[in-house]
Amino acid sequence: MAIHFREALKTKDFTVTTEAGPVKGASTEKMQGHIELLKDRVDALNVTDNQSSVMRYPSLGTCLLVKEHGGEPILQITCRDRNRLAIQADLLFAYSRGVDNVLCLTGDSIDVGDHKEAKPVFDLDSAQLIHLVHTLNSGKDMAGNELDGGVDFCIGASATPSADPIEPQLVKFQKKLDAGVDFIQTQAVYDLEELKRFMERTRKMDEKAKILAGIVLLVGAKMAAFMNENVPGIFVPQYLIDELAQAPKGTGLSKGIEIAGRLIRQIREERICDGVHIMAIGREERVPEILEAAGL
Amino acid sequence: MIIAERKPLEEIKSMLSGYKKILLVGCRTCVTICWAGGEKEVGILSSQLKLASSGEGNELSILEATVERQCEKEMVIEELRDKVQEVEAILSMGCGVGVQTIAEIFEEKPVFPALNTTFIGMPEAEGVWVEKCGTCGDCMLYWTGGICPVVRCAKGLLNGPCGGTRKGGKCEIDPEKDCAWVLIYRRLEKQGRLDLMRKYYEPKNYRAVKRPGRVEAATA
Repeated sequence: MAIHFREALKTKDFTVTTEAGPVKGASTEKMQGHIELLKDRVDALNVTDNQSSVMRYPSLGTCLLVKEHGGEPILQITCRDRNRLAIQADLLFAYSRGVDNVLCLTGDSIDVGDHKEAKPVFDLDSAQLIHLVHTLNSGKDMAGNELDGGVDFCIGASATPSADPIEPQLVKFQKKLDAGVDFIQTQAVYDLEELKRFMERTRKMDEKAKILAGIVLLVGAKMAAFMNENVPGIFVPQYLIDELAQAPKGTGLSKGIEIAGRLIRQIREERICDGVHIMAIGREERVPEILEAAGL
Repeated sequence: MIIAERKPLEEIKSMLSGYKKILLVGCRTCVTICWAGGEKEVGILSSQLKLASSGEGNELSILEATVERQCEKEMVIEELRDKVQEVEAILSMGCGVGVQTIAEIFEEKPVFPALNTTFIGMPEAEGVWVEKCGTCGDCMLYWTGGICPVVRCAKGLLNGPCGGTRKGGKCEIDPEKDCAWVLIYRRLEKQGRLDLMRKYYEPKNYRAVKRPGRVEAATA
C-alpha cells in the first residue's frame, strides 16, 4: 500500500512522480497495465486531464483505477473544460473516493487539441483554482456555504522555468505560492543551469513548497527539435539534440532514456530540486528503465 | 466599434433561395468603417447576387438602401418603410443588432443576415481590425495598464500568463499574436506600477452583466 503523497513529500529526500496517461476510449486494460507497472516504483501517479486538449478517458476515472490498484494518484484539474460548479463537484467526488492530491492547472488552449470548435471555459485561472481548493479544505464552497463533510486536499501547481520572458511567469507563480501549495511540478526542463537559476529565485519566494523538476522523455532528435519549435515553454539545448542525432539508427529512444536518467541523477546528486516528475508521454512502459538509468 | 465580416456568397445565396425580390440594407456606422456593410459593400453584394442569379436563369430583383444607423428604430422606419412593401424579404448588411432591429419593425417579412458580427475592436492597420473589449461589464483596465486580458488573453486569465507563452512573449495559440500578460507586464513595468499585477484577483463576477443585458440611464 502506497504511503500518502503528502507524507512522501515530507519524509523523503527525493520524491518521484510519473504519469498515467488516459486513453481515448473506454478500454482500461492498457492504463491498468501501466498503473500496475508503475504504482510501486514512484511516490505518486499524475493523471492528466484531457491532455493537450485531446478528449480522453477522464482524469478522475483514471485516478479511481489507480486507487483500485493500490497506487497513489494525483488528480490533474484544468480550468479549460469545467466552470466553478463542475470543478467543485468533481473535487468533492474525488475526495469521497480517496483521491486527495490535486494539481491545479490552467489547461492548454482548445486550439491545440482535437475538438477545436469547442467552447473554452476558463471560468477560473490556475491561481484562483488553488484558492478554491483551500476554500473547500476550510469546509466551505466558493459561495460560502458549509460543506456536509469536509475535504483535505494536498495541493500542487505547475511552473515553467524555461519561459521567455520569465518575469511575468514569476509574478503568476508568486501568486500560486502565496495561495499556498504543497508541491510544484515544473514543465519539462533540460537545461540544468537554467533550472538552478529558477530554483534560486523560487527558494527566495517560498521555502516550504516541494519542487519536482519535470522530465519529458526525448525519443529522438526530430522530436526534440519539434518540441523546441512547437511546444511552448520547452527548450531542449542543442547539445542534447546533437547527442540524440548521433545515436545509431533505431537507438534514439534508448539514448533519450539515458539522457533522462542522467538529468535525474544530476538533479538528485546536486540537490537541485526536491524530486522529479517524469513524463514519458505514451511510453509509460519505459519509465522503469528511466528510473534504473537514474539509479532510483 | 462593432466589427463584422461578410458571409460567403454561397451562404447568402442559399438563404435567399426561393425569393425573387429583396431589399438589401447597409449601415453607415461601424460596418461602413470596417468595410463590411456600408453603401459600397451593398453595391458590390447586389451586383454579385444579380450576376449569380442571372447566370442561373432566375435574376433576383434587388432594391438597395443604406441606413444611417441600423440599430436605431426611427432611422430604420424612416428609410425602409416604403421600400419594404415592394419586396418579399430583407437582406441586412448591418451587425447582428441591425438585423434584429429591422426584424422587430417589419415582423411580417423574413430578414436575413449578410454579415457575421465578430467583435468589438479598432482598426490596427489599413484593412485590419483587432478585438479590444469583451464587454464583461466589470472593466479592469485600470489595473492592467489599459490592456484587456478578458479578450486579449486567449484564455481570459486574470492573474497573469499561462505556461504556454511562446519565446519572445507570444501567445500559445498564435505565434503572431502577443501574450496579453507579457504586454501588461511591460506596460506596468514602464509605469512603475508592477505592484498592480502582483495583486491577486478573485474569479470574475459573470453577473456583472445579467444576460441578456439591459442598461437604464440614471437620468432617464
